[in-house]
Amino acid sequence: MAESSDPIISVHDLTIAFGPKVIQQNVSFDLKRGSIFAVMGGSGCGKSTLLKSMIGLLRPASGQILVEGEDYWAQNQRRRTELNHRFGVLFQSAALWSSMTVGENVALPMEMFTPLRPDVIRRLVELKLGFVGMEHAVDLMPSEISGGMRKRAGLARAIALDPDILFFDEPSAGLDPITSARLDDLILTLRDGLGATIVIVSHELPSLFKIADDGIFLDAKTHTPIAHGAPRDLRDHSTIPEVMAFMNREATVQDASATKGETHG
Amino acid sequence: MTNTHPPSPVTGQHTPQQAAWSLDASGIPLTLRLSGNWDVEHGGMAPFPQDGLHTATPGQVLQLDTQQLENWDTAFISFLWDVKQAANHAGVQFDPSTLPGPAQRLLALLPPEPAKPPAAQKAPAPFLDRVGDKTLRCLDETGTVAVMAAETAKGALKALTGKSGMRLKDLATDLWNAGPSALLIVGIVNFLVGAILAFVGLIELRRFAADIYVANLVGIACAREISAIMTAIVMAGRTGGAYAARISTMLGNEEIDALEVSGIPVSTYILLPSILSLSLMMPLLYIYGTIIAIFGGFVVAMTMMSGTAIGYLTTTVNGIALHEFIFGFIKSFFFAGFIALAACRVGLKAGRSAADVGIAATRAVVIGIVGVIAMDALFAIIANVLDI
Repeated sequence: MAESSDPIISVHDLTIAFGPKVIQQNVSFDLKRGSIFAVMGGSGCGKSTLLKSMIGLLRPASGQILVEGEDYWAQNQRRRTELNHRFGVLFQSAALWSSMTVGENVALPMEMFTPLRPDVIRRLVELKLGFVGMEHAVDLMPSEISGGMRKRAGLARAIALDPDILFFDEPSAGLDPITSARLDDLILTLRDGLGATIVIVSHELPSLFKIADDGIFLDAKTHTPIAHGAPRDLRDHSTIPEVMAFMNREATVQDASATKGETHG
Repeated sequence: MTNTHPPSPVTGQHTPQQAAWSLDASGIPLTLRLSGNWDVEHGGMAPFPQDGLHTATPGQVLQLDTQQLENWDTAFISFLWDVKQAANHAGVQFDPSTLPGPAQRLLALLPPEPAKPPAAQKAPAPFLDRVGDKTLRCLDETGTVAVMAAETAKGALKALTGKSGMRLKDLATDLWNAGPSALLIVGIVNFLVGAILAFVGLIELRRFAADIYVANLVGIACAREISAIMTAIVMAGRTGGAYAARISTMLGNEEIDALEVSGIPVSTYILLPSILSLSLMMPLLYIYGTIIAIFGGFVVAMTMMSGTAIGYLTTTVNGIALHEFIFGFIKSFFFAGFIALAACRVGLKAGRSAADVGIAATRAVVIGIVGVIAMDALFAIIANVLDI
């Protein structure tokens, strides 16, 4: 069993590419247990693509992703699927299966991968939907609920199997500030309650400053990570113009030096 | 009074680490002792009875003793949620302060009660209500389709003068999809149908030494009925289904909304090129199909009967009157219009989810095929009355 101080996921010199087109290269970082790790960067820098290669949807061109020391992409399909049971993923558009009710969406992973009895599954579904405040929507279809509710239902599905690692792709995209702030609190509570580690892809600055305690900044121009650290620290201490511009919501890199020291959020 | 309840195990054996709870109702405050592994694998999903606290006096405090608690996961929270509900019902004050911090936070997320099961289904409406409702909906639908057809016809007239606003590029793409790219499948189906007709026909006609009339049989049957119907059925499955799926996906992606907001009429942007291209291409496919079907019959006839190729082809040409072709040609045009119109209408009426796209495609194909056969029957009656 791995020591609790070991990183739960460790990424070594990863290159992700679509054919000859390199999206990001030289990506290395450690994901500490219980941390909330932010993957940041401008639009089109490859944040979601990095996430895809971490959850098994896109094979990296080179490099390693170690899940508790086990090289994820060197395993066969069956072992990767087993590892994936420890992951919970909230997709950008929630990706609820549209032909099933919200309750069935949450129940399906449990029905497929656990030997639990139907009545136990039903109670767990009630519980997980209760965590995200969606217990009343158990019999509704995904098309009958709003975008924010779909996100929360997707979160309930992501925590269906009590995962160790939760991946969130733009969790607050398309949500109003209040719903978004509530979702932040929920993520924090679930992290503490479930003891999970969280990887979050986002460019919602207020949310990142509030919840993330570690992170990586991907640069779209050089196709490499240019900064590591918690978003709060990067905002306050980074001297890299691109990072400063991003953290302080400035339009151009040149403007960043003029308003140096101002904080946002 | 002390009750000990070993919860029924979900999986695994009875081990000392099994989740267990006991309620000490004698002391003040009430104490619920929890011990063992409260996770799903060790039977931590035991429900707490709803009336488990009915002996308690309202206003009492329920404390939790978690000193012997080992591992726990969400199964534990599920149990605590039950306890909390039972405490609420009995008017007992639930004190979570001795729980592990994370468990307290998760428990605080949960509402006081799980959602009520949905109310029983309403009784079905009376029979006459339903009939009336269906009739009204049918009339409404007929009206909508008629308006769509009229708009498309108007658009087609305008297209002749180049003022319809339809993009020629769209029309060209749709023409290609509804015509040349279907040549292979229409050809195969018609060839085989012609060959089968000739085969069956030859066996029967041979008994009367009338082998050569198989040329007429295949020619007339294909030109008048079978090629038109087979081509229409193939195109209903191929193009009709595709139209419905494409339009309902556009609906789901809010593309149709974007068109409407931009003031681009759906009728000229989507309906007109779709319906026009199928209506233009189907009659041509019908002629092509008929020729292939006759060729299929010819191949079978040449291998099974003793006659010359020239003789067979001459009989075919003499046997089919021109009006059979014209009849089939006109029918094909109407079949195409119907298939395309129905598919577009079904697509526009569909819901917005992935499942709805499947339903729309299925419905478009079913309506297309049934409709074509029903229309063909209608044409047969009209032809009979007009003595064509």
